[in-house]
Amino acid sequence: MQVGLGHYLVVSVLLFCLGLYAVLSRRNAVAILMGIELMLNATNINLVAFNKYAAPAAVSGQVFALVVITLAACEAGVGLALVMAAYRNLETVHVDQINLLKW
Amino acid sequence: MGELAAFIVLALVTLVPAVVVVTSSNIVRAALALVPTFLGVTGLYILLQAEFVAGIQVLIYAGAITVLILFVIMLTEGGTGVRVRQAHEQQPLGLLAAAVLAGLLLWVLGTTAWPRPDGALPQYTARHIGTTFLTSAVLVFEVTSLVLLVSLVGAIIIAKRER
Repeated sequence: MQVGLGHYLVVSVLLFCLGLYAVLSRRNAVAILMGIELMLNATNINLVAFNKYAAPAAVSGQVFALVVITLAACEAGVGLALVMAAYRNLETVHVDQINLLKW
Repeated sequence: MGELAAFIVLALVTLVPAVVVVTSSNIVRAALALVPTFLGVTGLYILLQAEFVAGIQVLIYAGAITVLILFVIMLTEGGTGVRVRQAHEQQPLGLLAAAVLAGLLLWVLGTTAWPRPDGALPQYTARHIGTTFLTSAVLVFEVTSLVLLVSLVGAIIIAKRER
């Protein structure tokens, strides 16, 4: 049995939903960022897999994946800086205790 | 046959530590479990003949982002925060949402006809990626570098201690 596009898409779906679960259920803001990284990895698997199985002549899927990796690094840097700033001002990184704007 | 075996092993190396990442009550253990997940994804890229993306994945994800996350955990938690409750009160709802989305997507995947590959990837994709970045995707390349610069400056300004 050959490995096809569907196999990679199944792995990608499972990884994405694990990341979504982490984002929805974790209290720690750093753990939420880890969930976002998992989701970005899942989309990258999709892009590279579609590059190989749908349009192998062009490498646009891999180019797109590289741009996503770059933006993920930016997102991690800025997001973790925001976590640091929140921790300095509010003494917590738990998102259910950061409720200053909640009525 | 060997490809399928390699795929199954790499998928398990990716998904089992990912479960640890989302369920572990020890935040440091969760962050360290990110490393095998990223390396498993790297293996999947190599299986998909995307060697350049695989190398970048190791350098940026397994190297840089994991270290950055560990740094922030050490700076914010006051140690590892093992005794702190990690799950939100909306955890059952989150589990339900993720499971429903997974079921929906898997159902869609099962009922869709996917394209057969026509043609093959170029033998060395790195050269083609470089050519694409400097010809047809040059605007994307420049805008990405601008975003990198802005996020660098922004992260320094946000994380800087005011005096």
